[in-house]
Amino acid sequence: MSAVLALPTPLTSEQSALLAQFAAGTDNAGLLWASGYLAGIARTPAHAAPPQAQSASVRPATVLFGSQTGNARRTAEALHAKLEAAGLPARLVRTDAYSTRELSSERLLYILISTHGEGDPPDDAIGFVEFLSGKRAPKLPGLKFAVLGLGDTSYTDFCGIARKIDARLSELGAQRVADVGLADLDIDTVAAPWTRNAFDVATHVLKSTQPSATVTPLRPLAANKPHGREHPVAAKLLESQRITGRGSARDIRHLEISLAGSSLHYEPGDALGVWPRNPSALVDDLLTTLKLDGDAVVAHADTEFPLREWLSGKREITRLSRPFLRQHALRSGNADITALLTPERSGDFAALLAHQQLIDLLQDSTGQWDAAELVAALRPLQPRLYSIASSQKVVGDEAHLTVAHVEYTRNAQARWGAASHFLASREEGQTLDVFVEANERFRVPQDTSRDIVMIGPGTGVAPFRGFVQERRETGASGRNWLLFGNSHARSEFLYQTEWQQAMRDGLLDRLDLAFSRDQTSKIHVQHRLLEQGTALYDWLENGAHLYVCGALGMGHDVHAALLDVIATHGGHDADAANDYLESLRAQGRYSRDVY
Amino acid sequence: MSTHSVEAIKQDSARLRGTLLESLADPVTGALREDDQTLIKYHGSYQQDDRDLRDERRRQKLEPDFSFMIRTRTPGGVVTPTQWLKLDAIATTFAERGLRITTRQAFQFHGVIKTRLKATMQAINAALIDTLAACGDVNRNVIVAANPRQSYLHASVHAQAAALSEALLPNTRAYYEIWLDEQRVAGSGSEDEPTYGERYLPRKFKIAFAVPPTNDADIFANDLGFIAFVDGDGELLGYNVSIGGGMGATHGDAETYPRLADVVGFITPDQVHDVAIAVITAQRDFGNRDVRKRARLKYTIDDKGLAWFKHEVERRAGFALQPSREFAFDHNGDRFGWAEGEDGRSHLTLRIPAGRIVDSEEVKHLSGLREIAKVHEGEFRLTPNQNLVIAGVPAGQRTRIDALVTRYRLDVHARASGLRLNALACVSLPTCGLAMAEAERYLPDLLDKAEVLLARHGLLEAPIHLRISGCPNGCSRPYLGEIALVGKAPGRYNLMLGADHRGQRLNTLHRENLDEAAILATLDGLFARYAAQRTRELHFGDFLVQAGIVNPPTKARNDIAIEVVA
Repeated sequence: MSAVLALPTPLTSEQSALLAQFAAGTDNAGLLWASGYLAGIARTPAHAAPPQAQSASVRPATVLFGSQTGNARRTAEALHAKLEAAGLPARLVRTDAYSTRELSSERLLYILISTHGEGDPPDDAIGFVEFLSGKRAPKLPGLKFAVLGLGDTSYTDFCGIARKIDARLSELGAQRVADVGLADLDIDTVAAPWTRNAFDVATHVLKSTQPSATVTPLRPLAANKPHGREHPVAAKLLESQRITGRGSARDIRHLEISLAGSSLHYEPGDALGVWPRNPSALVDDLLTTLKLDGDAVVAHADTEFPLREWLSGKREITRLSRPFLRQHALRSGNADITALLTPERSGDFAALLAHQQLIDLLQDSTGQWDAAELVAALRPLQPRLYSIASSQKVVGDEAHLTVAHVEYTRNAQARWGAASHFLASREEGQTLDVFVEANERFRVPQDTSRDIVMIGPGTGVAPFRGFVQERRETGASGRNWLLFGNSHARSEFLYQTEWQQAMRDGLLDRLDLAFSRDQTSKIHVQHRLLEQGTALYDWLENGAHLYVCGALGMGHDVHAALLDVIATHGGHDADAANDYLESLRAQGRYSRDVY
Repeated sequence: MSTHSVEAIKQDSARLRGTLLESLADPVTGALREDDQTLIKYHGSYQQDDRDLRDERRRQKLEPDFSFMIRTRTPGGVVTPTQWLKLDAIATTFAERGLRITTRQAFQFHGVIKTRLKATMQAINAALIDTLAACGDVNRNVIVAANPRQSYLHASVHAQAAALSEALLPNTRAYYEIWLDEQRVAGSGSEDEPTYGERYLPRKFKIAFAVPPTNDADIFANDLGFIAFVDGDGELLGYNVSIGGGMGATHGDAETYPRLADVVGFITPDQVHDVAIAVITAQRDFGNRDVRKRARLKYTIDDKGLAWFKHEVERRAGFALQPSREFAFDHNGDRFGWAEGEDGRSHLTLRIPAGRIVDSEEVKHLSGLREIAKVHEGEFRLTPNQNLVIAGVPAGQRTRIDALVTRYRLDVHARASGLRLNALACVSLPTCGLAMAEAERYLPDLLDKAEVLLARHGLLEAPIHLRISGCPNGCSRPYLGEIALVGKAPGRYNLMLGADHRGQRLNTLHRENLDEAAILATLDGLFARYAAQRTRELHFGDFLVQAGIVNPPTKARNDIAIEVVA
């Protein structure tokens, strides 16, 4: 044993002694098992950061990601796997597990980060971005870096966070080894070449480095899982039940999906990814409008399908994108669209994306499109993620979803959200292509004695149904407080009878409600938070975990209300209130799932 | 039965307060706490739900579609045009399905949700109308003959009824605290309740005033009745007193039955209050508080004996009743169209089908009556047969009223068959919690089909009284219908036949549990015989008895038990 410990190690002498003691008392099978076990631990994000800086000579590349919906994580995992496969030393770290003190000793840093809403970082990267932007950020003359941004051109500040980080690192003296990649929803178009380039750079930068000790994980990496985003499972729809009553204009569904026979497993807080197929009526309308033949076979990117299949199952046709509009402006000669693409008109452009679909655009001005050009210009169809509304401890191999069916009329024609309409129009017994998208940041507290405050208006209530189920099954002693809101109590009180039962059973300690249109003044959950400020602050002081799920705008309003409550009831000024909330976030006590 | 008996709920309610304020404030449900569901009745409201939507909403993981029925306390059913307009606005703003006239001359609002209940109550009070004691184990809305002709007599009888109604209100500020934000004061919650006591009455209590020769108030269906007598100059002499009437029964329980009141004596007008208090307190002290469905006064009288009860009343009143006087009723329906009053004013009685005043695709009765209320200078009177009198119209206004009546198709009486003119229906589904079968919603359809039969037999004009009730409780006074359908199950009714036309003879169960086809087939045969054999003045119910088709009930109570197959 002493021979092993004589090698250079990252362990302290105390740790070395403990390890020697453990090794001495363990047989071979135990040692082999432990080696894999420890390696497994090393791979979990919380342990990915080494306790202290390693010497420069063995300094691996760091693949740092900030991810909201999992896309940045997935892309980062792919890069990391590629580096490891080539024997290049690399570690994969999530931004909130990253110690910013390490920055100055980094040698090669890749940052893969998404941008949300009006230019916001993902929740797990808020602290990192704040640090980097602030005065405390160190000079980084020895650092080589490359940034990949993920975003949606539909929003005004496209990949704003990535661009900001890229500029800031350069400002701090770091050396950019690859141009910032700005990936739209068709991530791979930009991410694949960026990753190849990043890999080449690493080969070059790290080539002098000796290979680090490698371990074989006991469990295969996420990329090799049998199921996942690219390898969905065909799951049977067991039940599709509208849960808004008459008098509600909104069709919100409770869906029960069978995962039986698959190895899919989820925790409350995780999302179910659903691969939709576009409405066939819409595909027909597009073909008619463009006078294109749906049976014509179109080849693109090494594959070929009939045009109808491209439009039905391979391309986004309900969401517009800036690149498409740019092309369409040229092909249609529509000066109005061209004008919208200028930076001054970004507000109008955002409004267009929010209110118009491809078919609306084409019906206004058809443009000169042939089938191949159309397929190339449209973005690949993306899966949609829905927070799972159940706990497997209660529902077994089912996953429940709460889905608002997006359906409206424009120009006397029906318009739909691709996935919600796909889901709402599936019949019970039909199958869906699904996968589980883990959300490690949105979990019930491991310590079941902790109180939780769940803020989930509208379909944002979904994960909390799972949370309460989970807390019931685990006999959690902590209190549960739900804040829910919608337009009307009578018809839109989602899962009303279940919450009532939970209250009778003592599972729900508090239920505060905000039905915005039941009175003349609009009342939302954030107003209830302010009203209940004393109790809320007490709960927080008592160690409660806060969860927010729902629409982006609501998330902002709730955040502001939380700051107000903390300032008012904790006697803090604005900065201190902000620090308080950020510290909750850093402790994993303020988790958001906003979309 | 609830875990908490009605008797205990009443007693523990702190004079009808209970936890109503907490129940109203609870945003998690549109319902009240269980005990408060009992107590709110005393405030004039019932918690209900849309039974059509129960299963649908269960699957939607939503609670039942709870809402509240609110009933006014309007003695004799008299309201001014100003009040009418306010009630109309309340119906339009807070309720669903318009205004409904009940068989007790009250307005009912349906579908008021909990969060709007208080605002609705306040609006009703702003119209100078309250709802206190419109439901519950207390004296209910006092009904009065709507007699349009004897104007002066109607005025004095109505005044007496209104005063009695006021005197019999429960003595509690609960109503004012809960709905009108009155501050609680010392003694609040333990007010003296000399008439009712802290448990109130064992069961509901109904009072009516009739003016012969019309028995539109169905006086004998009431716990306590006053039958007015006048002298040759039209001055009110006094009343015959009747006690022990009641309609309610339970299917399959021979211990329960409808019963007509007995006339027990004559009193002068100044004795009305004392006799009412004597009857009510005797019922309070001797009524059955152990078995709710045996708690009405009619059972107390049958259990104790009529003579005993009369004696108890006299003892409590402190005087003996005079011998009752001869009287005669000729009918218990309404007479439609214009009538001249003694005061030189005119009164127009309109047919309101099932009492429902509503704007629909076919008719705009709510709008029409709104327009009439805007110009009307007299008053409105609801009749105990769910109809409406536009009363006290000066001669010069008749043309104007007529024009509006025609324009808004309020002249139903000018077009309807005799059957359609006189039919009564309770509300029943979808809101009534007791309903076993359709009533109000089914009535138009049933009438259409029955009219085909009547036309075939040349009986379209025959004034046959049809009453349909969704359950045996009897809100539409079915046991006094010449033809009555009493709901047993969806689409199934007990067919009851042979009441007289005057409210003085109950009908008899003819056939049980019939579906529509069987009902129509049975009626078709009976109509055929009636058409062939009737003389001019022979009413359908009397014909059925005379022809031996039904055996009229005797006073012996087992003979009128509704479950006995004829």
